[in-house]
Amino acid sequence: MSALTDAVRVAPAANPVGQSIRDSMVVAKRNLIRMSRIPEMIIYGLIQPIMFVVLFTYVFGGSMQIGGSTSATDYKNFLMAGIFAQTVTFATASSGAGIADDMHKGLIDRFRSLPMARGAVLTGRTFADLIQTALTLVVLAVVAVLVGWRVGSNGDTNVGKVLAAFGLLLLLGYAFTWIGALIGMSVRTPEAATSSGLIWLFPVTFISNAFVDTSHMTPWLRHVADWNPFSATVQASRELFGNPGVSASEAWPMQHSVWASLIYSVLIIVIFRTLSVRKYRSATA
Amino acid sequence: MPGAIYAEGLVKTFGDVRALDGVDLDVPEGTVLGLLGPNGAGKTTAVRCLTTLLRPDRGRAVVAGLDVLKEPDAVRRSIGLSGQFAAVDEYLTGRENLQMVGQLYQMRAKAAKARAAELLEQFDLADAADRPTKTYSGGMRRRLDLAAALVVSPPVMFMDEPTTGLDPRNRQLLWEVIKQLVSGGTTLLLTTQYLEEADHLAHDIAVVDHGHVIATGTSDQLKARTGGERVEVVVHEREHMTTAAEVLAGFGKGETTVEDHMRKLTVPVTGGAKLLAEVIRELDTRGIEIDDIGLRRPTLDDVFLSLTGHVAEVKDEQNDKEAVK
Repeated sequence: MSALTDAVRVAPAANPVGQSIRDSMVVAKRNLIRMSRIPEMIIYGLIQPIMFVVLFTYVFGGSMQIGGSTSATDYKNFLMAGIFAQTVTFATASSGAGIADDMHKGLIDRFRSLPMARGAVLTGRTFADLIQTALTLVVLAVVAVLVGWRVGSNGDTNVGKVLAAFGLLLLLGYAFTWIGALIGMSVRTPEAATSSGLIWLFPVTFISNAFVDTSHMTPWLRHVADWNPFSATVQASRELFGNPGVSASEAWPMQHSVWASLIYSVLIIVIFRTLSVRKYRSATA
Repeated sequence: MPGAIYAEGLVKTFGDVRALDGVDLDVPEGTVLGLLGPNGAGKTTAVRCLTTLLRPDRGRAVVAGLDVLKEPDAVRRSIGLSGQFAAVDEYLTGRENLQMVGQLYQMRAKAAKARAAELLEQFDLADAADRPTKTYSGGMRRRLDLAAALVVSPPVMFMDEPTTGLDPRNRQLLWEVIKQLVSGGTTLLLTTQYLEEADHLAHDIAVVDHGHVIATGTSDQLKARTGGERVEVVVHEREHMTTAAEVLAGFGKGETTVEDHMRKLTVPVTGGAKLLAEVIRELDTRGIEIDDIGLRRPTLDDVFLSLTGHVAEVKDEQNDKEAVK
């Protein structure tokens, strides 16, 4: 008998969806093990948002007008939804850098030569990033409470609404890791992925309702901010947290922020997942 | 019937560069083909096309009886690939790496675990199995990379420069592993810039340059094409060179080459060791003192030189990346 017929032939998967989920979990586990062995990455990922919480609260608080009030407490309560949202979007950079690193080191070649589901390498990575984002959010929420953030400070809320707000934030973070995946597949080095993953996030997160009341912006900038997908999630979580400064803008995403947040996030996932997986199929290191 | 690895007219261009310019290959089942060539000759591109990582612009490729372009997934189930870069996750342990690869070959978690343990034992990595591979030496990483390619004992294997950057001891070790593998009936395509390696491991050699296969044959056939053996003499005194040249001309079957600065003379001969003894006697009779004399058989380096008109350039820039920190 020849080696060709003797060898253990690996049977094709009977159920492609099941295979895709299994493969993604294997890759997610790999990335989580990796993250646990590079704890400094998680720690640096936490320092930046904590620093923002402290700086914005104490430097800007008191000089910002939120819904006609300049109280430092109001700004603090207004701010947190914005900081949370910004923090989850920063996962883009780590996701992109991780994937670029895998490309660079030849791991993507290894994966692409294996009979595994085509999208699993990227899906696994984004799942792992989602878990890291969730952990970051928990720590950040504790810090926020410590500096005086309170849900229900200026409106109605309950446990369900607070959880829903965190859910929307995580979904936004997950959507953004797919943008990171595309960046990671498109650039040549992890360094380039980190910087190109971060640069555009500054205008996206600043031309929004995250840190200031958009009603003070020039009209055209205000339009951009009101329709910014990022603003929708900030507005939705601010509302659900019962915090001050909910925008009264007529723009549809501001009036229906929860729906807008969901639609935007799902749209980003669909578009960027499709593009990244296509790129993965034809990837050349 | 085409072999276990078969390629016909593979063409792949990157912008202006024609990385593959009509590559034909045919590797019979259970044999080893050495794809030999300098950096940039197209070896890696050929491997990438055959392993479904890259789509050729033109041409046809069949691996393990499966069309690479039409059934890439089936091909992936039948091949193992060991890359030029040790493609293992440096933060995972050796065991975790192998388990992951096993599971991605669609093995059950338990089976993948058992197979990983077996391979770690076989590749002499059992002691380091639970250390992150970051701490491995270059040789250990290569062995792990090779083990990862063997998780499902695929009938067809591809190794892209398996020993580039390894020290001689580790190269020897890896050669032993590869020989063992091949004796089990695996078909192997191996790329290398080391002529010695192809000589050592491959049944057949395909010499590649500028995206073309410029010669194929066994190592002996290629050497025969380059010409037979020759006698090489290094004389002690420069003034003896003319006399020595006269002596050699008497035995030689061709023109004597003189490398003045090295006081070295080379002449093609037939007659082997017996003739060499005669040359030594004659030089001695004439009172010519020699520093070195020998019968040289052509190396694959000579083959490459005579085929391409340039020496195989071994560039080591890639090795730096693999240096163990």
